[in-house]
Amino acid sequence: MSATTLGQARRGFSLAEYTTCLTGIVWREALRFLHQRERFVAALVRPLVWLFIFAAGFRQVLGVSIIPPYETYVLYEVFIAPGLMAMIQMFNGMQSSLSMVYDREMGNMRTLLVSPLPRWYLLFCKLLAGTAVSLLQVYAFLLIAWFWDITPPTIGYLTVLPALILSGLMLGSLGMLISSGIKQLENFAGVMNFVIFPMFFASSALYPLWRVQEGSPMLYYVCQFNPFTHAVELIRFALYGQVNWTSLIVVSGCTTAFMIGAIYAYDPSRGLARRGPAGGET
Amino acid sequence: MGRDDIAMTATDTYKEAGIRSQAAASEQDATMPPALSIRNVSHSYGTRRALIDVTFDVAPGSFTALLGLNGAGKSTLFSLITRLFGIRAGSIGIFGHDIGRAPGEALRLMGVVFQPRTLDLDLSVMQNLLYHAALHGIGRRDARSRSNEVLGRMGLADRAGSKVRDLSGGQMRRIEIARALLHRPRLLLLDEATVGLDVKARADILSHVRQLVTDQGIGVLWATHLFDEIIPSDNLVILHQGRVLARGQVARVLDEAATPDVNAAFMRLTGVQSGSLAS
Repeated sequence: MSATTLGQARRGFSLAEYTTCLTGIVWREALRFLHQRERFVAALVRPLVWLFIFAAGFRQVLGVSIIPPYETYVLYEVFIAPGLMAMIQMFNGMQSSLSMVYDREMGNMRTLLVSPLPRWYLLFCKLLAGTAVSLLQVYAFLLIAWFWDITPPTIGYLTVLPALILSGLMLGSLGMLISSGIKQLENFAGVMNFVIFPMFFASSALYPLWRVQEGSPMLYYVCQFNPFTHAVELIRFALYGQVNWTSLIVVSGCTTAFMIGAIYAYDPSRGLARRGPAGGET
Repeated sequence: MGRDDIAMTATDTYKEAGIRSQAAASEQDATMPPALSIRNVSHSYGTRRALIDVTFDVAPGSFTALLGLNGAGKSTLFSLITRLFGIRAGSIGIFGHDIGRAPGEALRLMGVVFQPRTLDLDLSVMQNLLYHAALHGIGRRDARSRSNEVLGRMGLADRAGSKVRDLSGGQMRRIEIARALLHRPRLLLLDEATVGLDVKARADILSHVRQLVTDQGIGVLWATHLFDEIIPSDNLVILHQGRVLARGQVARVLDEAATPDVNAAFMRLTGVQSGSLAS
């Protein structure tokens, strides 16, 4: 007779159970991603528009001097590629986190959260799965960018991976924290206006910080305190096989803080209670 | 036979069946804590009180129907039992494991079928089951054999490779029940599992679940607003506007309400007119 037959459950979980759970969640997210081709195309079109149109237009306006990690003058397209990679991750993180808090994925979140494994671990796995999807998007972007003469060293494609995992987790948990913390912020337009655009523009994604400093010392100050700047710089250096230690520390610290905050603040009752009695959800 | 005689006979049948099920339940009571024990649970959404001092038990190997209209608080209660919501007042135990203090142990013993569909429509039946198994830490090989086993039991062995989107509503529900059984729980919660299904699919699902109670001794909490899903041997909890108005064997509830059937008992206790009952 098994333990559960007597109504006695085993305490704790083995490492194999934790691993099985993680691989299961990532596997499902990848399967779903493969079924949602429109989402994939949409995620790629955004950065490619920036690369093909915006960067082409601005390459003559903005001069970029030689700054680390670059060893020669680089085209503007080359300069903004890491910023666009981080942008892909930011959109992906915000979108998937919003859907975790609000109705769209509530069915799936119910299934996830009745797993007996600790809730913090389930949410961590979910964030990691979202990051895995963003990696697929970023590498697809890099592949297309390669034909556009954005050709980092071959080893860079490998060394950028840990940087992308870290930045993906940071942006995903930031998205979850924001979604959990602000009651009225349920549509994506609000997040775009108040979070994504300010973070993106007040960062080193589109212009080097020394240029910003020349124009506005105040904005330079803001950019330096923007975690997104450090995500971009971490990715930029890693793409050229280097480590930007300041950015690594900032991104690691922010990832930890956002994740703890997000897990603490995550409240499924918000997504469920919103439907009210009419939806039979009381 | 007059109208009163018929009512009398129906009440007697309920009582007899009730005594039988009471005897069966008390045999198990002696050896283990209740499959589900809800004690003084209250919950509010802002100022609106969804549950008020709710208390009842589900005995191991018994079928308990949680009867209430839409909006009575059934889904809130399910969200609290499954720790989706934090418990603010009262306590909930699963085989003696408190859901707040030992959620891991409690959730291991529990299978849940939620009211809204929670399957991935674009994935296959097997992929959905394997995902659920992974969430319980069950490895791939074991998960596959368990999936085949539960699909066979639910009469869906040939649909493992089908996309969920291509299944009927009744089949989807049976898949959800199969999924809830994958980790071999001792308590099964079903929230309005037959809503939106045709008469045959409803009957199929109900008989599958009842069979789980008799064959495997699983304790079942079956939330519903349909009177005809309740039979005399069931335990019954009537929930109305967040309060438990009656609980116990069907016969006892009928006795207390002095009515011949569940329908009349519900109306007498709640003051709801039959015309206002949604089906």
